[in-house]
Amino acid sequence: MAIEAQPGAGRMQPVAGGTENGRAWWMKPAVHTGIVGGIIGYLIGHWLGNALSYDYAQNALSDTNDVPIVLGYVFGTVGWLAGLGIFNDLGRLMLGKPLRDIEHAPVGGVAKYFRYTLDHKVVGIQYLFGMITYFLTGGLFAMAIRSELLSPTYHLMSSSAYLMVVGEHGTMMMMMMSSVVLGPFGQYFAPLMIGSKRMAFPRIEAIGFWLTPAAYIILLSGVLLGGFPTGWTGYAPLSVQAGPGMDTYAVAFGLMGISMILAGFNIIVTYINYRAPGMRWSRLPMFVWSMFTVSFLQVLAVPVLVAGMYMMITDRTFQTAFFVNQLGGSSYLYQNVFWFFGHPEVYILALPGFGVVSEIIPVMCRKPLFGYRTAAAGMIGVALLSFFVWQHHLFDSGINPDMRPLFMLTTELISIPTGFIYLVALGTFWKAKIRFTVPMLFCLAMYFNFLLGGVSGVFLSDVPADTTEHGSFFVMAHFHYTIMGGLIFAFMAGIYYWLPKMMGIKLNERLGKIHFWTMFIFFNSTFLPLFALGMLGMPRRVFEYAQNLQGLNVWVSISAFCLGGSLLIFLFNFIMSTLVWREKEVGNPWQSRGLEWQVSSPPPPENFEHIPVILSGPYEYGDPHAPPVADLNPPVGVVSAAYASSGAGLEG
Amino acid sequence: MATPGATAGSTRTNRDHGMRIFLIWLPLAVIADLLIWFVWKPHIPPGTMTSSAEHQQFDIAFMAILCAPVLLFVWTYAAYALVNWHHRVGDDTDGPPIHGNAKIQATWIGVTAVIVLGLFVFGTVELIVPAGAGAGEGPAPIWQPNTSNRLQVQVIGQQWAFTYRFPQFGGMESSTLLLPANTTVEFHVTSLDVIHSFWAYQLGVKADANPGVDNIAYTTTKNQLGTFTVRCNELCGLWHGAMYNYGHIVRPAAFEQWARSMQLTQARKGILNMMPPYSLTYDPTVIPQLGASIVKIDGITGGAGYYYPPQDPVTP
Amino acid sequence: MSLPVRITALLVAFAAVVVGAAFIVVHYILASPPTVTFNASGGVTNVMLQEDPQNNSSSKPDWVSYFVQDPNTKKWVHTTLFSVPAGTTVHVTILGYDGCTPPRNNFWSLVQGTTDGKVSLSIVNNKGVATPTKRVSVINGWAGCTVGHTFAIPSLRLFIPVASPNAYDSANNLCGVSPCTSGPHAVETFDFKVPSHGGTFRWQCFVPCGGGFLDGNGGPMQTIGYMTGNMEVRA
Repeated sequence: MAIEAQPGAGRMQPVAGGTENGRAWWMKPAVHTGIVGGIIGYLIGHWLGNALSYDYAQNALSDTNDVPIVLGYVFGTVGWLAGLGIFNDLGRLMLGKPLRDIEHAPVGGVAKYFRYTLDHKVVGIQYLFGMITYFLTGGLFAMAIRSELLSPTYHLMSSSAYLMVVGEHGTMMMMMMSSVVLGPFGQYFAPLMIGSKRMAFPRIEAIGFWLTPAAYIILLSGVLLGGFPTGWTGYAPLSVQAGPGMDTYAVAFGLMGISMILAGFNIIVTYINYRAPGMRWSRLPMFVWSMFTVSFLQVLAVPVLVAGMYMMITDRTFQTAFFVNQLGGSSYLYQNVFWFFGHPEVYILALPGFGVVSEIIPVMCRKPLFGYRTAAAGMIGVALLSFFVWQHHLFDSGINPDMRPLFMLTTELISIPTGFIYLVALGTFWKAKIRFTVPMLFCLAMYFNFLLGGVSGVFLSDVPADTTEHGSFFVMAHFHYTIMGGLIFAFMAGIYYWLPKMMGIKLNERLGKIHFWTMFIFFNSTFLPLFALGMLGMPRRVFEYAQNLQGLNVWVSISAFCLGGSLLIFLFNFIMSTLVWREKEVGNPWQSRGLEWQVSSPPPPENFEHIPVILSGPYEYGDPHAPPVADLNPPVGVVSAAYASSGAGLEG
Repeated sequence: MATPGATAGSTRTNRDHGMRIFLIWLPLAVIADLLIWFVWKPHIPPGTMTSSAEHQQFDIAFMAILCAPVLLFVWTYAAYALVNWHHRVGDDTDGPPIHGNAKIQATWIGVTAVIVLGLFVFGTVELIVPAGAGAGEGPAPIWQPNTSNRLQVQVIGQQWAFTYRFPQFGGMESSTLLLPANTTVEFHVTSLDVIHSFWAYQLGVKADANPGVDNIAYTTTKNQLGTFTVRCNELCGLWHGAMYNYGHIVRPAAFEQWARSMQLTQARKGILNMMPPYSLTYDPTVIPQLGASIVKIDGITGGAGYYYPPQDPVTP
Repeated sequence: MSLPVRITALLVAFAAVVVGAAFIVVHYILASPPTVTFNASGGVTNVMLQEDPQNNSSSKPDWVSYFVQDPNTKKWVHTTLFSVPAGTTVHVTILGYDGCTPPRNNFWSLVQGTTDGKVSLSIVNNKGVATPTKRVSVINGWAGCTVGHTFAIPSLRLFIPVASPNAYDSANNLCGVSPCTSGPHAVETFDFKVPSHGGTFRWQCFVPCGGGFLDGNGGPMQTIGYMTGNMEVRA
């Protein structure tokens, strides 16, 4: 067990103070130097790409050249990371110089959030602001989509602009929201919930975050290049045929994939190795279980995506013909590679939502989580089975007909572990004392929404019925209910629950309730009719539809605008509460037994003064004889003794 | 201090709660199921124009009847819990420390497993019986209709329109789709460029069109004449949203007459011989009439003159 | 930072986001080429189009492109958007300056949807000599160098193969400066009726001429203002 009984021993001793603090703020590496590095990197990559491919016949004919674009983005990202100072420690190690003591250097105020930092709590807050930005940008594109769909005949934007907007919305959401809970809450609370002072690999964690603004900017720049016409799935051969905007999709998704792999890897190692003494697997909070299982999905499934994006790029630039039938490849290969990633991806989106709500409801019900082992088994079952269902996206595509009953079976089976989450929730509600706080309202809404989404998934898994439902707005409704209704509502619950812990500031409660009710009502009024639209024959990603469907579409669009308004209320609440009003909330407003709530709000820089000894699980409400969750000041020698007896070596 | 329920008293109260929830749920579930079967089912998409559409209508109704009670159970239980077990002002105690109940958990897991496996069996049967349920089965379909008397229609997807070839009528091609009533139809769906998807909504047929692949789907039209919509169901580029056409189911005699007259007209105009011979897939870079001496550049990227034989003065 | 500084920073950031989003919406999402408006006289609307092997008015000079002639100024506009009044007969003249490429599906060599199922066709060679005008119902793009592009409005079931200059001129003398005013070209005329209710009808080419793109269907084939566009019918 790698607990730091003697912190600092075994690493190169940092130079106290260093010259870091003596420099002016604009000379220290931060976002501004990152931007400079990014621009320089882009120019180098662009020049290199031109040098490599200037004489390709296809570029002369098409007046486009993808190689400088791709290399420009890749080198630009490396330059961005270099400008942020991420490679500085590596350089110092290689040159034999002492490392800068970044961890203990006193950086205060707002500046630290714009820097590369090794404190996982700062990275968590960076993720929080980043994810909210990405989510709202994706939402703006959704508003554009619904504006176009107000009329089947009058077209607000050209058909290619519409496809660009559809692709940007879908990709921004699917790419970014996979880290919307794992980033802000997973990274922030991973060590706190297991009683550790740090993440296993703080540098990897920071790199994982700083890749996300690069991916965001690259994806948005697709708008300047005319966008990409394939939607978020990027099916070949259309993606091989498409113009330069397609490269932004491939590079951005690839970068985000690398970020997810790094984050997942970090979490797995942290949870296995950095648990405090007494933190048995059976005492882990359910949120930790969800992060742990999600991390396995990320580490195992996301590399397939990165490979697929790479193959798409080489198909587009060097005619490698992986995915092109006409040149000897197979369009089915892309579909299988993409969905082998794509299905675990949607569980990467769903599982953190389960984790957040399962964490919050015991606190608000003042009861233990009903069926702890069942809940953990549900998460593990969902994660395992998610690798065996991907061909249900391909039921009508002409795959071997034998495959379809098989994948129908596995897809139906995955609803069993998903149901465990509901069993646990309903059991927790039994004879509870439910407090209707804003986080609890969002949790209840999450269960309501995900139920509709999950049941519609059962309809989709039935192959005969899928003949009508596949690729239609029915699927749209299904995944918006599960992802937005599930994950995003859980994210909102998490923000209202954990912001006092993270920043020592509480979100305005009255605005929170207004936000909840408007979001819940308009979310359902927007997405419930989509089930009907799909069954009535409206395919996805179309800008024209049958005349008789206009009424429903107008209703949906207006509801969507109101839903956007409710998110603006949230944004207003969030910005004003964190930046202007700043009502302090230090302490444990929810009277939670969670380990993270036993330290101050916000937590001290090292999380815990001493490594705690865990005495009981976090859900022991209602039991007067339950010991406190942890001893935060264990007697000297207890921690070392705990590890000496297990025979494992100490770090240092 | 928590006040967990005492043993005997709580058992009675437990059963009370359970019974109340059950008694609220049961009539709601029965009413919902009856409404679904008698009121909604006749209107469930995609209708009854073909055998596959009819079967899909039945499938959706069956699953709705199964799912409605599940939804209602969760909603009833949750509503009951929120009404009865919410925090009362002034009571700051915790709830009872119930960690789990092996019987309840086992029952839940058992019931959900039975429902899910039952749905699997149902789905497989419903897939086999209507000969693949109108879904594309690929080039080697396993579940075929009983009759060998089938109308063959090749659906060619290209950017951005569907055309239809009828091999039994000399390979004549049409941009409109007419089908005879009371006939088993065998669709061969293929593409000339990117992935499209042939979705004949009221026919209950959906099959992806991949280049170089023959995707076969079956349906049997019934006695109902009328119009149906064909839409492209897989994003295929700029005009994907405009890639649709209307089709018609007409009397078999009218269909014969239409198909024969199309064949004769196309033969008379000469176009019938200009098209490639009917084949299950087409490689659009191979133009049979121009023979083997085709000069291609970069595979399949278009460009003036690069397709014609070298002795033609066009090719540089 | 003190409260007024924070609020100012917030307002500045908010304004920047709004301006940025507005700029992107106006310049990239709502942008479109101009629409040429045609009027009818005597129930007939005359529309003149030409297709060129390149265009000199964009950043993509190698992209094949259609041009529409403005009926008032007689200038060629680089657009594919035009509007005609409803319920009229549209009399279209297409000048085909681009060389030949076989259609992907030779079914498009058949003339469909015109009032009599035929088009009038004459080929002008490099010296300006025109062949006699013939009425044809098929222009076979697979028999030799005869078809350059097509003009199709699928929802009106109008599919017209557009002829190309003869084989020798296509290889050697194609017009090099766009919009073309001289050089070998095909002259094709046909009539079709537009419905009496209004609407927007997309039109496209079915000959894959997007050089450098997979299947030739990328690039100009998928970009409004080049080889595909909209015909608006004004009710």
